[in-house]
Amino acid sequence: MDNLNQLTVHQAHKLLKEKKLSSLELTQSVLKHLRKVDDRIRACVTITEEQAITDAKAADRTIANGDIKPLTGIPALIKDVICTKGIRTTCSSKMLEKFVPPYDATVIQKLKAENYVIVGKTNMDEFAMGSSTENSAFFATHNPWNLECVPGGSSGGSAAAVAIDEAIYALGSDTGGSIRQPAGFCGVVGLKPTYGRVSRYGLVAFASSLDQIGPITKDVTDCAIVLNYISGHDKRDSTTVPYAVPDYTEALKSDIKNVRIGIPREYFVEGMQPGVRKALETAINKLEELGASVDWDVSLPYTKYALAAYYILAPSEASANLARYDGVKYGYSFRDTTNMWEAMEKTKQYGFGLEVKRRIMLGTYALSAGYYDAYYLKAQKVRTLIKRDFEQAFEKYDALVTPTSPTAAFKIGEKTDDPVQMYLSDVCTLPINIAGVPAISIPAGFVAGLPVGMQIISKHFAEETLLRVAFAYEQATPWHTQKPALA
Amino acid sequence: MKLSEEEVRHIALLARLGLSDEEVQKFRNQLSNILEHFEVLKQVDTTDLLPTAQSVTLENIYRPDEPAPSMTVTDIFTNAPNQEENFFKVRAVLE
Repeated sequence: MDNLNQLTVHQAHKLLKEKKLSSLELTQSVLKHLRKVDDRIRACVTITEEQAITDAKAADRTIANGDIKPLTGIPALIKDVICTKGIRTTCSSKMLEKFVPPYDATVIQKLKAENYVIVGKTNMDEFAMGSSTENSAFFATHNPWNLECVPGGSSGGSAAAVAIDEAIYALGSDTGGSIRQPAGFCGVVGLKPTYGRVSRYGLVAFASSLDQIGPITKDVTDCAIVLNYISGHDKRDSTTVPYAVPDYTEALKSDIKNVRIGIPREYFVEGMQPGVRKALETAINKLEELGASVDWDVSLPYTKYALAAYYILAPSEASANLARYDGVKYGYSFRDTTNMWEAMEKTKQYGFGLEVKRRIMLGTYALSAGYYDAYYLKAQKVRTLIKRDFEQAFEKYDALVTPTSPTAAFKIGEKTDDPVQMYLSDVCTLPINIAGVPAISIPAGFVAGLPVGMQIISKHFAEETLLRVAFAYEQATPWHTQKPALA
Repeated sequence: MKLSEEEVRHIALLARLGLSDEEVQKFRNQLSNILEHFEVLKQVDTTDLLPTAQSVTLENIYRPDEPAPSMTVTDIFTNAPNQEENFFKVRAVLE
């Protein structure tokens, strides 16, 4: 069979189950393609070829014993912010360039229990801070649809890799849009689960009250499958909820009759690319055609304060989380001094890149004496209002639909000198993290050859609703079947 | 309001973050610009509102204190920049 690497999780599973394909063949096809295209895409920080072959052979033995489950033997890429025991986990930072975790993140333990196959770790904005993957300390990742454009970020490596079939699926992490925005830019499916749905144990912390791990996949069915296996309560992450995990694939029904959809007007912002607006309007018309009832004029009035609140809250939490990189227990360590304070300061000066330093500065300022009430506490109170906006909307609507980002992918280098412009590319995704609700980005058309993402949002722990809407739309449209020319 | 160079250096000191002179100047401009964007929050009336620290309404979480194996000392020290016996070695704290 040709192009096995282009299979989805559910297609590959079917072939594995019917013994028409082995995990080893599938994995070798993925690795071959990865070696062929990744010098142009640069999605991977580490390629774990040997481990992948070992995993694939183990999976084939499991399958031979008749013990196949939906992720058994399926090759995946993991964002390099998720700890993998014995496999370097860098966060695309000089600080952790040589860090080899002594333990697995809970999501990795869960995937290992399914006999998954790891093919590598993906590039990202350093410590997940950024919207373009240009903040990687190692190299920029390129968008498979146009190599001059960014793949989005911070999970840009994972999204680009899935778009170009370097893996069957990938994991990302999302603090303000870091799964959904790159999924939108690369024309793949990306889901940020409800805060508390997926364990953060072993996810290198950025902003702990906002971070979630989630799937990046080729279609909505795969998204539901991966979510099934990474979700659940974990005693090592006390913010995970003790609710049962439903079978999310049960939600994949093409029928969305009478689903109440709201379109919040604040998300159709000034400065939005006209082609994105048009694609979204066409997509929403399609949802209406499929039987959903659409209210085109919903208001979430506190949306306009979300950007400012986010850029106080997230850097504040980051400045506390990143204080641990002092060069003592692990990571880069400045050695050329006998002075303890100088060692600590220089470790951070040389170990962190510009955006990470910028956010540490911002967060430290917002938390410092005299400014705490005016910035941090104020932002937490505004968070209450933003969350309330969503709670009120979900009394009337089952789902809200917005663009994932106001524009399609931008050019590499276009926004690197202007942090505020870069921050604005997350304006449609970060309110969702502030409220903690789940949201998915799915392909909804193209503008000038670049994918447009549609974001579907639902209330806390209602991932089934957004999967249902996403699946119905996907089945009625051709976008998810289109591939970049390089594939 | 533009941050002074002293303010930038003071924040860096609080974070124990070393900055080059060039970075100090760059951050002075960029942070001032970002802080201006935060001014918009002043328009919001937050009187009587409680702050939200996290989005899921879980209360304090307790678990039984059950003994379990921890990571091995060898594993822990794999990434240590500087080690002596079973200790992380640091520079003198008191001089």
